[in-house]
Amino acid sequence: MMDHAKIQEIEISLFLQALFLRHGYDFRDYAKASLKRRVLNIASAAKVDSVAELIPRLLHDRDYLAEVLAELSVPVTEMFRDPTVFKALRHTVLPRLATYPRFNIWQAGCATGEEVYSLAIMLEEEGLLDRAQIYATDINDNALQSAEDGIFPLRCLEEYQRNYQAAGGKAKFSDYYLANAGFFRIHERFRKKIVFAHHNLVSDGVFCEVQLILCRNVLIYFNNDLQRHVLKLFHDSLVRGGFLCLGTRESLRAVEAEKLFIPVNRDMMIFHKNGEAP
Amino acid sequence: MPSPAASHHSSVNRQAGQPRFQAAVIGCSAGGLEALKIVLGALPPNLDIAVIVVAHTAHDGDHLLPSLLGNICKLPVSEARERDPVEPGRIYVAPPNYHLLIEPNRGFALSVDERVCFVRPSIDVLFCSAADAYREQLIGLILTGANQDGALGLKAVKDAGGYTLAQDPSTAYADTMPKAAIETGAVDRVLPLDALAADILRACTLSVES
Repeated sequence: MMDHAKIQEIEISLFLQALFLRHGYDFRDYAKASLKRRVLNIASAAKVDSVAELIPRLLHDRDYLAEVLAELSVPVTEMFRDPTVFKALRHTVLPRLATYPRFNIWQAGCATGEEVYSLAIMLEEEGLLDRAQIYATDINDNALQSAEDGIFPLRCLEEYQRNYQAAGGKAKFSDYYLANAGFFRIHERFRKKIVFAHHNLVSDGVFCEVQLILCRNVLIYFNNDLQRHVLKLFHDSLVRGGFLCLGTRESLRAVEAEKLFIPVNRDMMIFHKNGEAP
Repeated sequence: MPSPAASHHSSVNRQAGQPRFQAAVIGCSAGGLEALKIVLGALPPNLDIAVIVVAHTAHDGDHLLPSLLGNICKLPVSEARERDPVEPGRIYVAPPNYHLLIEPNRGFALSVDERVCFVRPSIDVLFCSAADAYREQLIGLILTGANQDGALGLKAVKDAGGYTLAQDPSTAYADTMPKAAIETGAVDRVLPLDALAADILRACTLSVES
């Protein structure tokens, strides 16, 4: 007899197949354990007994897609998350960017934008913001809209302030936002330097040539094949000697990434494109 | 889609002399470090299951946990690394600020998904994924803690056919977590802190002989 867990596995696989065939979003090469959790969260939010019951809605209700993507794409981030990484970027990467008259930065999987604003603030402090064009992309349109608004809950402010200082912030964090009832809004001058765009790392190709890619804690959700695919995409997007920054606990061991990238600071997971001097 | 590794190891197909248990998952919160020292420190160097730990720790010293435990354990202790296979005879600790999960192929995975029960890493997240990966080959243990995390996870371990333990709340620094686990009705044995390691060992030994 087939047990419940096995049946649930079949249901999740069918759900992902339906999502792909109907809407073109392919989550089939995502790491299984955390994806299962999120699919079960969707089922629980819809108050259905089984994942299979979600499939008709996914196929026939056009508006349901956004809700599903919002849940599957995990928009969880914070400003200056892992402050030591931002410190390392400031000291290792930004001086290299300063050698370009103009440069492009791509944050892939920007979620609600906290990190890309952190980067923009740091660029301003190093006198580089005017020369930068920043692209921030995600597959979750709801998250992108929040990111573009640049509005964050006030309850996070204290933590962000701490992170900012730990990241070697040179001014007062309060120089960079306007506080309002329950929210704070990142200053306009940062928002207008960033282009927020829909981009799917699984299915979309190279869309610009960049000097720095930030993609932190996105690859942890992908299986080895998809990691390989995305790392190749990053490699193709970077200029000679361009930089890649991943999450500090991410692993590239399974995917022979050393052919594509060489560590600049392994603890901080900062790499440069292989084949050329940094 | 390949079937998960667990289905190749079901109890029906298990050969005589092959150990039933492959891994133990342990969760703790407030007061957890002292409790872990007692349980993990008493495990012998020849233990042939993997031990995977989620400890809620709210400060920046989290990454010190492997070295704090490493000093008093006879088994090697390390932070669980994404995509590494889970190996027997080792103690693994979840990295700070990431959920730790076990993939169906019994490798480690990380996520930065929302906090569960206000915490990341969450015991529920580890236990539920480990229950899927190991089915009846898993031991689950809930130690001291001041919240509800782990109760659902321990129930998942039990539902998958695993063996479940909770620290006797009267011996816990904070009794909320073991109490919540016990209240699910999914706990096989409730034992005082200093008897838990011996019971894990007993379960592992019995399962080889039977």
